[in-house]
Amino acid sequence: MAEMKTAAYVCRGCGIGERIDTARTAKVAEKEGKVQLVRQHDFLCNAEGVQLIRDDIEKEGVTHIAIGACSRRSKTEAFYFPTVALSRANLREGVIWTQPETEEARETTQEMADDYVRMACAEVKKMKLPAGNPEVGHAKRLLVVGGGVSGMTAALEAAKAGYSVVLVEKTGSLGGWAAKIHQRVPFHEPYQDPAPTGVTELAAAVTGDPGIKVYLNATLSRTSGAPGRFKVQIATESGGSSAEEVGAIVQATGFTTYDIAKLPELGGGKSPNVVDQAGLEKLAMEAAAKGQPIRRPSDGGEVKTVAFVQCAGQRDETGTHLPYCSGHCCATSIKQAMYFKDANPGVDTVVIYTDLRVPGNGEDFYRSGQSKGVTFTKGKVSSVEAGGNGCKVNFHDLILDDKNASIQADLVVLATGQVPVSGVNIEKQEEMPAEEKKVISILNLDYRQGPDLPQLKYGFTDSHFICFPYETRRTGIYAAGPVRRPMDMVQAIEDATGATLKAIQAMENAELGRAAHPRSGDLSFPSFRVDGCTQCKRCTVECPFGAIDEDEQRYPVFNESRCRRCGTCMGACPVRVISFENYSVDTVGSQIKAVDMPDEFSEKPRILVLACENDAYPALDMAGMTRTQYSAFVRVIPVRCLGSVNSIWITDALNSGYDGVMLMGCKHGDDYQCHFVKGSELATYRMSKIDDTLKQLALETERVATYEVAITDIARVPRLINDYAAKINEIGMSPLKGFA
Amino acid sequence: MGDMNIQAIEQYRSDFLKEVEERVEEGHWVKMCMQCGVCSGSCPFGPHWAHPPQEIFMMIRAGKREEVLSSDSMWMCTSCYNCVVRCPRQLPITQIMHGLATYAHRLGLAPRNQPTRDFSILFWENCTKTGRVNELKLTLGVYFREGLMAGIKKAWNMRNIGFGLLLTKRLNPFELFKGHACKDQKGIHAMLKKAQEIEARRHKLPA
Ligand code: SF4
Ligand code: SF4
Ligand code: SF4
Repeated sequence: MAEMKTAAYVCRGCGIGERIDTARTAKVAEKEGKVQLVRQHDFLCNAEGVQLIRDDIEKEGVTHIAIGACSRRSKTEAFYFPTVALSRANLREGVIWTQPETEEARETTQEMADDYVRMACAEVKKMKLPAGNPEVGHAKRLLVVGGGVSGMTAALEAAKAGYSVVLVEKTGSLGGWAAKIHQRVPFHEPYQDPAPTGVTELAAAVTGDPGIKVYLNATLSRTSGAPGRFKVQIATESGGSSAEEVGAIVQATGFTTYDIAKLPELGGGKSPNVVDQAGLEKLAMEAAAKGQPIRRPSDGGEVKTVAFVQCAGQRDETGTHLPYCSGHCCATSIKQAMYFKDANPGVDTVVIYTDLRVPGNGEDFYRSGQSKGVTFTKGKVSSVEAGGNGCKVNFHDLILDDKNASIQADLVVLATGQVPVSGVNIEKQEEMPAEEKKVISILNLDYRQGPDLPQLKYGFTDSHFICFPYETRRTGIYAAGPVRRPMDMVQAIEDATGATLKAIQAMENAELGRAAHPRSGDLSFPSFRVDGCTQCKRCTVECPFGAIDEDEQRYPVFNESRCRRCGTCMGACPVRVISFENYSVDTVGSQIKAVDMPDEFSEKPRILVLACENDAYPALDMAGMTRTQYSAFVRVIPVRCLGSVNSIWITDALNSGYDGVMLMGCKHGDDYQCHFVKGSELATYRMSKIDDTLKQLALETERVATYEVAITDIARVPRLINDYAAKINEIGMSPLKGFA
Repeated sequence: MGDMNIQAIEQYRSDFLKEVEERVEEGHWVKMCMQCGVCSGSCPFGPHWAHPPQEIFMMIRAGKREEVLSSDSMWMCTSCYNCVVRCPRQLPITQIMHGLATYAHRLGLAPRNQPTRDFSILFWENCTKTGRVNELKLTLGVYFREGLMAGIKKAWNMRNIGFGLLLTKRLNPFELFKGHACKDQKGIHAMLKKAQEIEARRHKLPA
């Protein structure tokens, strides 16, 4: 790159000019920011202002720009200069909109603005224009793992969008569970009767599509590489092996049923007359093949009464069975009751439920079941006495509060739940009981962090199912269908379509060397300085996305296309050798040090806020938009993720006299909101260790505080800041001022 | 009456829901209740009934024939229609309550001396006789329902209102002897008979 030429622009629009002495701020940029070219403008984001900047880039050879105007989240289109490094000082949302418009506040407001300009100048000088990802992959083929409804839908959707597909199915035929059921719950109005599954047509469409290559009786024996260049080894039952190169992967490995033998109290495994829903589908298919009604399994006798036990081994609070609701089974029982009622209205069908949950358009289907005469009884089944040809279902009638209610039934159907087929639980592999250790891996990833997708709860693959469904913690690999969360067929179809779309995006981004969600389009990537690395492996362990492997000498190997650019590795590295071209220990560190530090007697404390750019920083901006005021003593620096916070920033801040440090990240834990899944959790963990540092510096532990902040905390964030400022006021100014 | 009950038991065996569906006014709606309990929560009398509507529906589905038909709950319904307005499944609950009460009465299972039931019988006999309601006879009928002494006591307690009505010509003591009637009493009786036949046919009641 040519020599660095810096420029700073201070905008006077949106009221900045009235509230801030921009001439003074410009002088700060020049004298303290040491920027070569400084300009003020009345309306920087209008065509003329933008042209001014463009001219400076073209004619003056400016390479590094600091813009003091609105938040970096506004006017991104106007201030889009892809050929230069760019930083922004947030003078609007961050200063004038959050400070009182009074004469007394003028001084502190001005100080804030000046500091933000100092910081932007310092930051930009440490930034480089990303040169682009050296590791691009060009494969545009999609691998779909699993040939059930989700997998087949994914394959067809990709094919329709013009992408070729490799589909790997472990059994000898396509169809999955859908091929093992008699009929399905209706997808279309009037939602009254069970409908044909359509699975034969779906499978025919897949096999007939020239763009889809199907491997049956096949598994993945090895998956390596990264988005755009995954290499997979496909092992077939016959012992053969083929290699394929693919750009992205959709894992649609579905579910198995909860083992009915684990429910002996409900008659599971005790009598052929007690079946699970899958068992009833089997009976229904056999009967349909013979053109006969469903008979009693024990003796082939006539079925006069069928009892459906909902939530069998599900929504269990005792910790023995599945704790969750599988969502589809209420509608499935209604459908199965209709198998009987439609054939012979004289058959009694009783559904015993505690809450009938019929998502989607299930209410209509439920009503249809009622008008067909299916009896719905609100109750909790305590036991099923199964033996001979009859079963006695004992239950607590919850409406009549009759604890000893019971019915006699010829056939009992247990609505058991979906258990995801998600392979090896890589995070619990060590502590697992021997039996569960035998679980066979699905993807056989040769990643350092383990062979399968990380799981979240109950064995379902990790994905934030409200904010970022389908996403997993392995870039370019998306989960769809019941492996992601329990669901019915219509949801699985929608899911597969969504995941395919994400996979296509991932392939296209990988080819351009761009990051995937949530920093989609980002061209920077982490790199590390080999000579400083101590091979401590923190980065390889902590990367939430398994992007970093190790070479033979145990140095980290970054797979740029697997990286999401969160910076967690950068925050983890104890010797600080990991950095991005435009985001590094220095870009933030220099901002921290650029702030003008008033002395101990000034009564002007300084509080550093490191705010997650995904949630906390937008919340702060919105506080500005709603003109919610907060302390003038804070200096906010957005970070990619709290996980990217390196503890050196905290130590540096305290050493240079800051009176407190607030860290704002997303909620972590099982219902995390962290866009990088583990970032905020890791940061919180690291910060729990900061107490020692504080003690060494003879500082109060309150001087560093971590907060969980959501994007909606618009009113709360200013409160947090003000409370913290009050606390700092209480404990007093930092004794370390003036030593740096 | 008793025979009709025995006949019904034989005909429907244990299928009380079916019996209700066929024989009770709007009975075919009972299966559509989804047990949300909105009706029971809306009924001004709900807390005082042995079985509020939602429970009655569940009992029917559970085959609790005796308990339902001999219950005095549905006799408590005041026809306020709160439940009908609120039921998300749009069940004609009020009609079903009265239908059940009527059916229980026909079978001879309705509770004896239940005040609403007694009043209903009095009212029905009073008004179908002449085609007009004889208010004086109806009122006295209600007063003396529990015997002579109780009747005298009630009439004495109400004497001021009675005189007041007399003075304002709202009460004619001669009604006690003859009373006014509609012109075509025969026609009225024939009409009611026809209606009963239609109803019996519709609800598959034995003739
Ligand atoms: S920790 Fe984040 S930035 Fe570092 S390699 Fe992993 S995904 Fe990339
Ligand atoms: S409101 Fe309607 S649906 Fe709800 S319990 Fe009453 S009758 Fe049933
Ligand atoms: S109509 Fe009868 S059952 Fe319905 S709320 Fe009123 S009193 Fe209760």
